[in-house]
Amino acid sequence: MNTAWIPRQAWLLALPLMAVMVTVIGYPLFDTIRLSLTDARLIGSTGNFVGLNNFAKLVSRPDFLQALSTTAIFTVVSVSAEIVLGVLTALLLQQRFVGRTLLRALMILPWALPTVVNAMLWRLIYNPEYGALNAALTQIGLLEGYQSWLGQPQSAIWAIIVADVWKNFSLVALISLAALQAVPRDVQAAALIDGAGIVQRFRYVTLPYLAGPLMVAVVLRTIEAFKVFDIVWVLTRGGPANSTRTLSLLVYQEAFAFQRAGSGASLALIVTLIITLLAVFYARLVRRTEEMK
Amino acid sequence: MERRSTTATIFTYVAAIAVFLIVLLPFVWLVVMSLSPAEALTQKPLRWWPSEMDFSNYRQLLDYTEGKGRDFLSALFNSLRVSGLATLLALVIAIPAAWVVSRVKSMDWSLSLVVLLYMLPPVALAVPLYMVLARIGMLNSVYGLAAIYLAILAPFTTWLIKSGFDALPGEIESAASMDGARLDQMLRLISIPLIAPIVATAAIFALLLAWDEFFYALLFTSGVQAKTVTVAIAEISGGRETNYGAIAAAGVIAALPPVFIGLILQKALISGLTHGGVKG
Repeated sequence: MNTAWIPRQAWLLALPLMAVMVTVIGYPLFDTIRLSLTDARLIGSTGNFVGLNNFAKLVSRPDFLQALSTTAIFTVVSVSAEIVLGVLTALLLQQRFVGRTLLRALMILPWALPTVVNAMLWRLIYNPEYGALNAALTQIGLLEGYQSWLGQPQSAIWAIIVADVWKNFSLVALISLAALQAVPRDVQAAALIDGAGIVQRFRYVTLPYLAGPLMVAVVLRTIEAFKVFDIVWVLTRGGPANSTRTLSLLVYQEAFAFQRAGSGASLALIVTLIITLLAVFYARLVRRTEEMK
Repeated sequence: MERRSTTATIFTYVAAIAVFLIVLLPFVWLVVMSLSPAEALTQKPLRWWPSEMDFSNYRQLLDYTEGKGRDFLSALFNSLRVSGLATLLALVIAIPAAWVVSRVKSMDWSLSLVVLLYMLPPVALAVPLYMVLARIGMLNSVYGLAAIYLAILAPFTTWLIKSGFDALPGEIESAASMDGARLDQMLRLISIPLIAPIVATAAIFALLLAWDEFFYALLFTSGVQAKTVTVAIAEISGGRETNYGAIAAAGVIAALPPVFIGLILQKALISGLTHGGVKG
């Protein structure tokens, strides 16, 4: 392609974008790093330099370790469930049946529902006194007495995971379905004639087309899940007994509720570091998946 | 085409009905709750279908003369202003940037940087942003929030629009430049109109993303003049409201715009998702 006509100063067209990114993201990131080395308060004291003290204190704090494990459980379980259910749904939507077009259209609904509204809806469904889940399970005889799904430390995190999976499996299904359209019909037919079983056909015919887009969905979902805030905030605010307090909620508490800006910034940086490591790890996986093709 | 056995057909239909119910039932229940009188939702055993439709929840929320309605309508209006303003500005800075990144190969690194910044968790930026907004008096202001949303939306829209420019043959542009078109004329009259559909898709994504945002809105807005609808819903659902029907009605109203957009523009949205996706 001939690009000689593009003027030298063309890069200036990217300047507004760069300026916004530097001001609203670059500078705050830099300042978070600076704050993490101080004992500044959110309002009032600008704090003194304390070196890596904040980090040293944090990593041995039980609430940090608990939040880390809660976040890890939430991320691993919801993302796995979303991928499995999403792919299965996409495979189903590839089959021919009456109403398929309607069902494909409806799949966008959970994804389009705002996260906060989704959380609010499930909060109503899980309501210990009047919720639909208790009513339905008792009426069909599966449950003896009403449960406080969000009020018990054993069940709260699972209730949140169900609500999150319901909203996000549809996204995975939509991405997978789009990817499945790319599998050539004649290859499918040939595999069938050659007598390949359903598992073999999935593994050798379908999966190569699915792997790339699915990897991207895994990356996006993992990073989103690790940052989770909204759904937990609305459903439980991290309770009961802090059993659903994820890392983002802990940062919120530390920096804003307790106004410990310095230590909150350190915690935020630890979260950022973990997400960066995840992203680097995944980037390698994506590259390897593409090389496999 | 493959011919299926009867068992496989039955299995397909059972699974399809299950997915149908799983996707739809929570929605239906949300709407039913919003149309139920308060007493019907606190009965045991629970009444699954109200004896008559009750629109009073909607009437109250949409009545600007009363406290509840005023709070909610202001929140809707604030969300509209913040997402509209942020989306508009994001497009204004994303379109030229996307063009440069697409045409000048040596600019590739900048896009990776932008995407990397986009992946940062909001908590990594929240404390300094709060301090700056407080210092310049922009806390609890739709403009302060819109400025932050702009930085969230811009990289995303740039990424999407760049894929549109990538698909546009460079010959059209080099021909136009040989005919003496200035760069701004060429972009305005030729390149941008040709990729209008993808710009529209980017705008829709940006609007949906901004409408959905909660974390920054919770931190940076508190009063009627800036609080967005997601914050209002979280507050209503978090205990200030005891009428479950009213909570549900607020949810339905807040969900209507994105759900409507999702159903109407589904093809464009899915192609945008996979475009952004496949490109990695």
